[in-house]
Amino acid sequence: MDTPYAIEMLHITKRFPGIIANDDITLQVKKGEIHALLGENGAGKSTLMSVLFGLYQPEEGTIKKDGAEVSIKDPNDANALGIGMVHQHFKLVECFSVLDNIIMGVEPTKHGFLQKREARQRVLALSEKYGLKVDPDALIEDITVGMQQRTEILKMLYRDNEILIFDEPTAVLTPQEIDELMEIMRHLASEGKSILFISHKLNEIMAVADRCTVLRKGRYVGTVETKDTTMEQLSAMMVGRSVNFHVEKKSAAPGDVVLDVEHMTVASKAHKNNAVKDVSLRVHRGEIVCLAGIDGNGQTEFVYGLTGLEPLSAGKISLCGKDITHASIRRRNVMGMSHIPEDRHKHGLVLDYTLEDNLVLQRYFEPEFTDKAGFLRRDNIRKYAEKLIEQYDVRSGQGPVTIARSMSGGNQQKAIVAREIDKDPELLVAVQPTRGLDVGAIEYIHKQLVAERDKGKAVLLVSLELDEVMDVPDRILVMYEGEIVGELDPKTTTQEELGLYMAGAKRDEVTV
Amino acid sequence: MKKNILKNSGVQSLLASLACVVLGMFIGYIVLLFINPDGAGEAIATVMKNFLTYSRADTQAKYLGNTLVKTAPLLMCALAILFAYKVGLFNIGAAGQYCAGAALSLYAALAWGWSWLPCMLLAMAGGALLGTVSGLLKSYCNVNEVISGIMLNWIVLYLTNMLLTNVKEVASPYTVVLADTNPRALLPSLGLGALFNDNKYVGLALPLSVVIAVLVWVVLEKTRFGYELRATGNNKNAAKYCGMAEKRNIILTLAISGALAALGASMFYLTGYEQWQCTASSVPGMGFSGIAAAFLGGLHPIGTILASFFIQHITAGGAYVDKTMYCAQISDLIAAVIIYLCGFVLFMKYAMNRAIDRREERAIHKAKERSAAQADASDEKGGDR
Repeated sequence: MDTPYAIEMLHITKRFPGIIANDDITLQVKKGEIHALLGENGAGKSTLMSVLFGLYQPEEGTIKKDGAEVSIKDPNDANALGIGMVHQHFKLVECFSVLDNIIMGVEPTKHGFLQKREARQRVLALSEKYGLKVDPDALIEDITVGMQQRTEILKMLYRDNEILIFDEPTAVLTPQEIDELMEIMRHLASEGKSILFISHKLNEIMAVADRCTVLRKGRYVGTVETKDTTMEQLSAMMVGRSVNFHVEKKSAAPGDVVLDVEHMTVASKAHKNNAVKDVSLRVHRGEIVCLAGIDGNGQTEFVYGLTGLEPLSAGKISLCGKDITHASIRRRNVMGMSHIPEDRHKHGLVLDYTLEDNLVLQRYFEPEFTDKAGFLRRDNIRKYAEKLIEQYDVRSGQGPVTIARSMSGGNQQKAIVAREIDKDPELLVAVQPTRGLDVGAIEYIHKQLVAERDKGKAVLLVSLELDEVMDVPDRILVMYEGEIVGELDPKTTTQEELGLYMAGAKRDEVTV
Repeated sequence: MKKNILKNSGVQSLLASLACVVLGMFIGYIVLLFINPDGAGEAIATVMKNFLTYSRADTQAKYLGNTLVKTAPLLMCALAILFAYKVGLFNIGAAGQYCAGAALSLYAALAWGWSWLPCMLLAMAGGALLGTVSGLLKSYCNVNEVISGIMLNWIVLYLTNMLLTNVKEVASPYTVVLADTNPRALLPSLGLGALFNDNKYVGLALPLSVVIAVLVWVVLEKTRFGYELRATGNNKNAAKYCGMAEKRNIILTLAISGALAALGASMFYLTGYEQWQCTASSVPGMGFSGIAAAFLGGLHPIGTILASFFIQHITAGGAYVDKTMYCAQISDLIAAVIIYLCGFVLFMKYAMNRAIDRREERAIHKAKERSAAQADASDEKGGDR
């Protein structure tokens, strides 16, 4: 049968107890095209890909490869059909070489002995053909994230995969690396590979994809040619309404110093070096300072040190002029530090507690919520929770008594934001506050941050998202390998310049 | 949509526990069938009957009393397990803490002639100390409480044998009879013994353990302390993040858990029901049975009261199985099978929830199809006109 499509997923429906994750979704990828799959979190992208990979069996619908119906019962079937995937979090063995990782699982052997020489020649030929520069003998732990990703791509090519799935491949890359990846993807497509590109970054989709399929809340919205559409149209398809991309804000009017960090050093848990090296910074009243950088350059450890989750090995922290270097976490919280944590499931919420119990997590010990005998004042907690839910529009199935685990990510995050902002802090530390959220929730949280700034609070934003870094703050500090390597003004800088700092290609001496 | 009564967590716990009991009995029955098919049905019935085996009402009352005497310490051990479990800790050391409670209360009663209350308090202090050791190791050295608990169990067992050898009878490995040596240390009867045909072992322990069960529930559910403990148990990172002293909470929890288990031991040995055997080669099973009782009780303090009674009921009932057909160990075996199955309560609950969800979803799906069909039908009608 002759068909332009390499892979077709027709009318796929997949139900889970309580929800329909995929409701009659159709996805058709042509041979040699780059096809983007766009959708918010929870739109059903992952489920659809899991169906394609044989991890889930759909209740309805068929999958066709080159026009012929196929049955994919497990990932081995998918592999046999030439479907390969680069996962968002790479599946590589850190202490193995690039070559070993590529041949893992399909090692060429003779009488039980590895035949690495042939494998190496094939890998070198493939990397030549597709312009994927890697050193086959380098260990994974020694190479950059971009190179690791190329190793993952080579892994697929080595297995002769025809259909390549990239799951949010740009999340971990610098702007320069993103450009290179796009080039590689175009090259692969021109060699006849079909690429499925999962993303929620509109500009990347516009730049690289030929066509784009949009999902919303488990349903198929439509497939469009990217050359006939605009970012605004795509985002409206994805969210269901038009969204304001730019954060409206007045110029900042910084006041007194609220947070003063001097020469902070924090040891790393992952390696022998310090994760944060001699960092000094100040945040003033009425300004949003953004700590930007690629994931894993010490931002997390900096926040842990600042909020008291990890001890400092050197340095001094003052909040509103008071030394809090050795203060307990509770003391810091009470003194006016609010912290929207990076990982809302790990730190931000007690998932099996109700929403109301989570909303008082930072205040349950106050006299308003606990009487003198140590009993909780349930009535007051309920009233307070209802107030916050109303004020911050936190949506949930059963209001205050909803178990936090059952809420959507966006509403969980809203609950945390409500709790931390309502504490009326002096300093708000917001770490990736919009991670994994849909466009509507992102817009809301950015507005809240700006509102806090306008109330005269100090806001320290830690972000990996370039758009957020460019849009929200009044000042950008770039962190690279545990040090602050540049201070930029978001009004005058460009994403390219920011990228150079983030990648460590450029640095200034920054003085506080 | 009408509220499904099966979705209520209390109802679920109850049903799941009952299902486990029935399943346990069934498997016990099969085991009996293999050993000797003739008496299997009767044997299972005997296990379930326990004190009802006797025909006379006053004898029944007396033996019910004996079961209750053993229920109180088991309940305390179950509460010890449950309390730690709510904080995310598995206090397998409860067995050793129970043992320490036995050692200290008996020694203080027999060697020093203390009365029952100080004996009890000493036992609690000992159990709390042991719990604290596990807690300190856990929070400062990251030693798993299961490992340190198991090791401490053995240490405590031999310390107990060593200590109580000083107060044992000359001719036997058992400690001297409490009622003869120091009647002041016997727990007061409160007139309860009279209700059970003058069973002299029944007394303060039972009502006290029930009161403590209620107290544990209140502390966990109603107080700030309980809120902190459960938060720490559910997500210790979040507890740390919001400034709870999670290390202190872990130590305190294991100390309280230890005190509860040890108190259970004093509730048992200070009735004089049993003497300690100074050649014991393993810690009393009470602490381990406490795990089963806690789970069978749906991890709810009030549920554990019933669960503890049930487990002691079948354990005692096992003793009445016909020994001409089955060997002496059969009673322990059957009880053990049922207790083992009791651990499946959480699994049963999970399976039940899955089944309910699936049925509801199917119902919703059907309702949708029906309404779609109706819509189609009305469209057709419209077309006809």
